[in-house]
Amino acid sequence: MIHSLFLINSSGDIFLEKHWKSVVSRSVCDYFFEAQERATEAENVPPVIPTPHHYLLSVYRHKIFFVAVIQTEVPPLFVIEFLHRVVDTFQDYFGVCSEPVIKDNVVVVYEVLEEMLDNGFPLATESNILKELIKPPTILRTVVNTITGMEKGETHRELPSWVKALNNLLPAFCLIPISGSTITAEIQGVIDACVKLTGMPDLTLSFMNPRLLDDVSFHPCVRFKRWESERILSFIPPDGNFRLLSYHVSAQNLVAIPVYVKHNISFRDSSSLGRFEITVGPKQTMGKTIEGVIVTSQMPKGVLNMSLTPSQGTHTFDPVTKMLSWDVGKINPQKLPSLKGTMSLQAGASKPDENPTINLQFKIQQLAISGLKVNRLDMYGEKYKPFKGIKYMTKAGKFQVRT
Amino acid sequence: FILDIKFLFEMLDTNKDSLKLEAMKRIVAMIARGKNASDLFPAVVKNVACKNIEVKKLVYVYLVRYAEEQQDLALLSISTFQRGLKDPNQLIRASALRVLSSIRVPIIVPIMMLAIKEAASDMSPYVRKTAAHAIPKLYSLDSDQKDQLIEVIEKLLADKTTLVAGSVVMAFEEVCPERIDLIHKNYRKLCNLLIDVEEWGQVVIISMLTRYARTQFLSPTQNESLLEENPEKAFYGSEEDEAKGPGSEEAATTALPARKPYVMDPDHRLLLRNTKPLLQSRSAAVVMAVAQLYFHLAPKAEVGVIAKALVRLLRSHSEVQYVVLQNVATMSIKRRGMFEPYLKSFYIRSTDPTQIKILKLEVLTNLASETNIPTVLREFQTYIRSMDKDFVAATIQAIGRCATNIGRVRDTCLNGLVQLLSNRDELVVAESVVVIKKLLQMQPAQHGEIIKHLAKLTDSIQVPMARASILWLIGEYCEHVPKIAPDVLRKMAKSFTAEEDIVKLQVINLAAKLYLTNSKQTKLLTQYVLSLAKYDQNYDIRDRARFTRQLIVPSEQGGALSRHAKKLFLAPKPAPVLESSFKDRDHFQLGSLSHLLNAKATGYQELPDWPEEAPDPSVRNVEVPEWTKCSNREKRKEKEKPFYSDSEGESGPTESADSGEISRAGDSASEPTWGLLWLTPSLPSYFPGFSCSSVRQGEVSRLGLSPICPISSSEQSEEEGGKRKMKKRKKVTEAQGDASSSDEGSDSSSSSSESERTSETEEEQVEPASWRKKTGRALSPRCLMTLAEDKAGTGSLLAHFHTGPPPPLQLLSPGSGAGRQELLHRVAGEGLAVDYTFSRQPFSGDPHMVSVHIHFSNSSDTPIKGLHVGTPKLPAGISIQEFPEIESLAPGESTTAVMGINFCDSTQAANFQLCTQTRQFYVSIQPPVGELMAPVFMSENEFKKEQGECSLGLTGRGLSTVHWGSVNSRCRHAAGTSPHSDRGRPRACACSRSFTEGGALQ
Repeated sequence: MIHSLFLINSSGDIFLEKHWKSVVSRSVCDYFFEAQERATEAENVPPVIPTPHHYLLSVYRHKIFFVAVIQTEVPPLFVIEFLHRVVDTFQDYFGVCSEPVIKDNVVVVYEVLEEMLDNGFPLATESNILKELIKPPTILRTVVNTITGMEKGETHRELPSWVKALNNLLPAFCLIPISGSTITAEIQGVIDACVKLTGMPDLTLSFMNPRLLDDVSFHPCVRFKRWESERILSFIPPDGNFRLLSYHVSAQNLVAIPVYVKHNISFRDSSSLGRFEITVGPKQTMGKTIEGVIVTSQMPKGVLNMSLTPSQGTHTFDPVTKMLSWDVGKINPQKLPSLKGTMSLQAGASKPDENPTINLQFKIQQLAISGLKVNRLDMYGEKYKPFKGIKYMTKAGKFQVRT
Repeated sequence: FILDIKFLFEMLDTNKDSLKLEAMKRIVAMIARGKNASDLFPAVVKNVACKNIEVKKLVYVYLVRYAEEQQDLALLSISTFQRGLKDPNQLIRASALRVLSSIRVPIIVPIMMLAIKEAASDMSPYVRKTAAHAIPKLYSLDSDQKDQLIEVIEKLLADKTTLVAGSVVMAFEEVCPERIDLIHKNYRKLCNLLIDVEEWGQVVIISMLTRYARTQFLSPTQNESLLEENPEKAFYGSEEDEAKGPGSEEAATTALPARKPYVMDPDHRLLLRNTKPLLQSRSAAVVMAVAQLYFHLAPKAEVGVIAKALVRLLRSHSEVQYVVLQNVATMSIKRRGMFEPYLKSFYIRSTDPTQIKILKLEVLTNLASETNIPTVLREFQTYIRSMDKDFVAATIQAIGRCATNIGRVRDTCLNGLVQLLSNRDELVVAESVVVIKKLLQMQPAQHGEIIKHLAKLTDSIQVPMARASILWLIGEYCEHVPKIAPDVLRKMAKSFTAEEDIVKLQVINLAAKLYLTNSKQTKLLTQYVLSLAKYDQNYDIRDRARFTRQLIVPSEQGGALSRHAKKLFLAPKPAPVLESSFKDRDHFQLGSLSHLLNAKATGYQELPDWPEEAPDPSVRNVEVPEWTKCSNREKRKEKEKPFYSDSEGESGPTESADSGEISRAGDSASEPTWGLLWLTPSLPSYFPGFSCSSVRQGEVSRLGLSPICPISSSEQSEEEGGKRKMKKRKKVTEAQGDASSSDEGSDSSSSSSESERTSETEEEQVEPASWRKKTGRALSPRCLMTLAEDKAGTGSLLAHFHTGPPPPLQLLSPGSGAGRQELLHRVAGEGLAVDYTFSRQPFSGDPHMVSVHIHFSNSSDTPIKGLHVGTPKLPAGISIQEFPEIESLAPGESTTAVMGINFCDSTQAANFQLCTQTRQFYVSIQPPVGELMAPVFMSENEFKKEQGECSLGLTGRGLSTVHWGSVNSRCRHAAGTSPHSDRGRPRACACSRSFTEGGALQ
């Protein structure tokens, strides 16, 4: 199946290679570089590239291309899914997945890759199993120890009651409202679990309002039939962090969008100056503050520069990429943040006919915009009392405003 | 660097493990960076027997990488692995085999073969999995070993552990995908194991099963129209036959319609049902695999379920989106309706990469229909203003396609496109011109104005394709613009030499057409253009010029062709069809690499077409239930909730495992026929005429009907026939074990699968000959059909507890201690374990209640006090008669209580609280359908009478009985008139019988 894997950084260096069958020469990557050149941007490199003798399947994450070489027919998603799993595993092992980190831990990386595939077929891909086979680097382990105040091994042996189960609920949503009316909006969310329990705990998680969930996908540990019949998540968790559930809340019972954007962007044909004004404000947030607000917008090519004054936060405009970015921070409902100023346009050129799209990122702590609520989390099968906690959070997905 | 190598040599030669480890780490880092470390081979190989596990692991990594290059030296390490293969630790055995098989040295092929064979029968499933992985490795090294490897594959395919299943199917796919016959026996097992297999294995198994199903089952779509009308007819037809009574075998077979409506093979259904939950998998690859399976195998009505899951994948990484969208694009051409509700999910965000945008556009275009076209077009309008020009061009193309496909909006689109002609961006204009050209071809007459407008554009627009399109349009419709056309030609003649080739060709075309229609004005111009073309650099243009001149300019010889020039040049041309590039992709299996590339990839296996005639389905019957000594089995058995209980308490896992071997011979005659028997897959092939009767079978199983009466226990002990049944029942339990994937065994889907399995196991032991004898008189699963038809009330129909005319019916002795099901696990119950069994008796206090024996045992070390039932929260209609409070239960002690539950003819669970003095436990009892029926004894006449009543009750809609004229028999009868049948459900009765006289039929 998967023959080889090459890790390529953004400047086109192959900094790691791994072969699971006989060695495939690096030169096969030339086809990839060709395609990379043709595609102007990294994310436009086609994920599947046929070459005379091989097929190159790649994913691009953390500024690294993970290029798998295959020789025969195999479902492309099989390979792509695997590559993503590799990235996730690295992230789990080293905290971040970046070129320097991989270079520093090259032996562990190589061993992990060796375990993940046998003859090109996945063998062990769950990070908790992998961690038992190959220990994560020691430095990180000590860091983790100081943070959580316990080592997994110790927990198991000596302190069976010091356990922790934490659930993050992260309903994120994703929408494109046009000025005035919302075109489409949907809520998709995940429940990430961090479980550190000894023994074989059998957990059940129930929701107050499971009907909200329109579409779900589960971690393999979840018992599907129990969900089908009772809408309860019943599972024996693996150790550590894992994504228990991803869900989607249908557009029909959509909750109100928590922010609004007022904008006034105008170009005039005659003058070389354009007006620019954006205001962001909260809307139905149930008293919670909107934080981490970042506004970005790709300005038309005709815009030479912008002179803007924000009422709060900082802004940057890159005259080369024409990317405007405004880091707003928290929104204070009493004093709405705004960004005003002028754009200088290319002299003589006619006004650009495309309108910039405004992208918005934000977070709301302690609020699940979907209204989903966890009812209870119970543990069976073990006698100790676990520590339980839950954290709700809303994050904007691809929130775009068309102007 | 050389120094470095020397240093490494020294480090490897020391006795210190830490130094060795450090050296190995450096070496592996070299390998990872792609540097050559092969010089170190001798030094590294020495350390293969190193005691330090960390060093050893890295040495293995090194070996696997370089053994191929240094074959002789690599042989030194073999003995270490051979020793490793005999290690008591399974992990060491597995890793030894793994490395041994990864060393690509042809000399050791026999050793590998031996090791694989041995490992294939290893105790540890993990080692067996490694053996499965080793198979393709060996095969790629030496394909002559194929036959032997197939033997190993066959053996491993029979393995019942989920760990092995995925790997062995992968080996099967690589070594012998053509040996589909190896799958037959394992098909059902694979289907049932599927949900518990790890994700990667699931993908491989699903894609293999897709191919398998295509060769073994009939197309579910071929006869869909027939299905609509036929059941009714066939139904009444066979009713008559039955009325003729016993002995009319011939009549029965001949009178039934010869036409064979489509019947979904239960195994086909099994596959669809067992893969469906996997749509909820977190792995995109699994979801896609199931989606393609449904697309290729499911009846039209059911394919829709995959849409939601596929749309979910669109929220994943962009690479996943890319692949999924390609597949959605293909599907949306064939099944537009499927994705229509998700139209908005395909809306494009400005941050999407271009390749995703273009694919989404493709899908949006495919989904556009009369109803949603306004929304789609409005959406397209915003896309046109995007900054991504490739995407804008694609949008204009898409608008063109919408306009051709949906006549209603053609004018709107055309107007929109014409407006775009004044766009400032040339690419946009050019693309619009090309699209407009195509649209105009459909109805040129009305659009003289647009053509004029386009003609003006020739001054400004520079994109060759657009210029060529305009020229072609003017030439083609020169009679609509008689004044402008010559002028355009004049201008073009002026700039001819500076034009692109494609434009030049069109100039020649235009000149020729004008010459034919308006030679007065354009004769000289044409000649001028042709002369210019004659000396052009491009030979295509020179050729075209020469050819055109000969055609249109009448030469001295008066060429025969020039008389037809008009016909040649001005022939009406058919309008182009704007088609999706995904139109014909569906001949590739969806989700495959070949589909994505739209070209056959190496090793791609065509998805076979459905067979005309279904191959013999009986090949999938499992002959001998082999009780392998796998450990998982035991676990699963503990969890299972046996549907059939054995009165002698033999249902325990250990005992049933003992009674492994079943002699097939001699069994045939004495088999009981059960209700569902008629739905067995092989039946239609034995009796083509009868096939209609199982039409609804799919539904039956979907609704979770399993009207199989439990065999009463008393007969069992009596004689051999009984014993055989017992054994069979064990098979059934096995089936259940497989079916009940994790814990809940009694919900509808798994119980129906049980019933199917039951019928299958049943049927396999009956020889066709004896079947023939039986069928003459016995027939009609139609009751089941009726039940199935009566969808709304299925629940209540199922569970009619017989209370009909009580006096004549003698209840058979109830089973006791039958298969226990767990109510409360001892761990969950803090030491209190509670099991329950159905005693198959009405509750003594209330005849409408089923009595349930509850077994308590206290495994904690403190006595449990005050056990009683707390306030039950019951669904409407269900009521409970609580058991008397148990004062105290000493540690280690067990006790039994009886409680009654009226399930009100439903399979809904009765939920209640079990309270002790200190704790409360929420428990629920869900009855399997069979447990709601009581076994009764009656004579044949009584039985017929009952049956008659039933048929009256159903007023001809069908009932099921099996009646056997000559044999005096014991019937177990479960029939229903329900006193609670306040919804006015008809009575139903499902009957079955068993023979005690072994040779009664022969």
